[in-house]
Amino acid sequence: MIPFTYARARDAAEAIRLGSDAAAKYLGGGTNLVDLMREGAERPGALVDVTGLPGSIEECGDGSLRIGAAVRNTAVAEHRAVRARYPVLARAILTGASAQIRNMATVGGNILQRTRCTYFYDGAARCNKRTPGAGCDAIDGFNRMHAILGASPHCVATHPSDMCVALAALDAVVELEGPGGRRTLPLTDLHRLPGDRPDLDTVLGSGELITAVILPPLPWARRSTYRKVRDRASYAFALVSVAAALDVGEDGTVRDVRLALGGVAHKPWRADTAERALRGRPVGVESFRIAADAELADAAPLRDNAFKPELARRLISAVLGDLVGDAA
Amino acid sequence: MSININGKPVELPGDPRVSLLDLLRERLLLTGTKKGCNQGACGACTVLVDGERIISCLALAVQYEGRSVTTIEGLAEDGALHPLQAAFIEHDGFQCGYCTPGQICSAVGMAAEARRGLPSAATVDLDADSMPLTRDEVRERMSGNLCRCGAHNGIVDAILEVCAGGGR
Repeated sequence: MIPFTYARARDAAEAIRLGSDAAAKYLGGGTNLVDLMREGAERPGALVDVTGLPGSIEECGDGSLRIGAAVRNTAVAEHRAVRARYPVLARAILTGASAQIRNMATVGGNILQRTRCTYFYDGAARCNKRTPGAGCDAIDGFNRMHAILGASPHCVATHPSDMCVALAALDAVVELEGPGGRRTLPLTDLHRLPGDRPDLDTVLGSGELITAVILPPLPWARRSTYRKVRDRASYAFALVSVAAALDVGEDGTVRDVRLALGGVAHKPWRADTAERALRGRPVGVESFRIAADAELADAAPLRDNAFKPELARRLISAVLGDLVGDAA
Repeated sequence: MSININGKPVELPGDPRVSLLDLLRERLLLTGTKKGCNQGACGACTVLVDGERIISCLALAVQYEGRSVTTIEGLAEDGALHPLQAAFIEHDGFQCGYCTPGQICSAVGMAAEARRGLPSAATVDLDADSMPLTRDEVRERMSGNLCRCGAHNGIVDAILEVCAGGGR
């Protein structure tokens, strides 16, 4: 990899000052960035280590949970409040990567990890994400792992994070700090669809740093889960995954629901079409299937992933069915 | 600026590109830790940092200033094999031996995680304070360590003997 300078930031202000150099990138656990740097896909001239920033999970007075961006994945999954009140998030993190990687990876880094599309990784392939205008070898190539929703003629890559699918389902809010000050953003607005600028993964401005993720209060998220379908039983990316939370009324109808899909798009896919189709409907296979069909109606399969739309439909039904069966 | 390796302070490399793995193998000639893929996919480079298992090929050494690293060389005490090392021998937990140091360091880290009640993707009751180490739990918790020779059954047997009293 190309040479770079390394500095460790003690707080967000110092990180942003050090990160204001256009050639600088923030460094968390390094589990994605170091790999990308070895591949030449990322070439920062300076790394600003932000693992020393506040790394705690705090109860906010209103029932929300504030998770510092420097908190390691393992610590989030292990936290009693996450396991009890937002089990979808704990389960999503635990299905991701390996234990060693979860121990190293930060929440901020997990959010900003880049696609594992093999053509993005292959410096000899045509990739619009790596080199704008070069073309996309995945569209007519080996695309089993690629997108069926929200893609464009320029890019069919998927976002690989499991944690983000759960965060999308939970309406998580991201706290940002940058040269221009602080702002917050729904996680679902952070990642972009590829459009004609697949080189831009997120809407982050230059030097902007993720400082925390807030989980709004959602008492009925105790009835939530994450299921990941993949080619191996463990340590593999999702073909399709589902994050779901379900609130069932006493009359047996869906009082409220949260649904998000992984493995299907350039960003964690909040299934709001399915959610709208579910609210107020009687719980049961028929309602689940109608909602899943609505969400996947515009699915555009590729040569090698034609199984994904049906897999997604079945997985949505199966996961919702399981949640109905769970005692809250 | 130093890092503690198996109880001894070692100077950090001047070049921030040096991975912890390369520091161990190339600079310190501690070649027990193996480079299998150099991209975090195989687990052969697993070491312990303050008792926690990590992937040393993706760890920039400069990020670990002041931390305590234990490699496979640091597990044996006073010339006696660590119980897991002995169990791997007894239960035929290796063939070529290349993944083995990573497997053993990973298992030590895994045992500590299980002891403190960290759940895994195999855990049914997420709210439980602790979960027994079944074969399924061990397989899931060790899934970050590949073994191309297929010694998995012996690996699981060894781990269960030492960490779960023989296993269920």
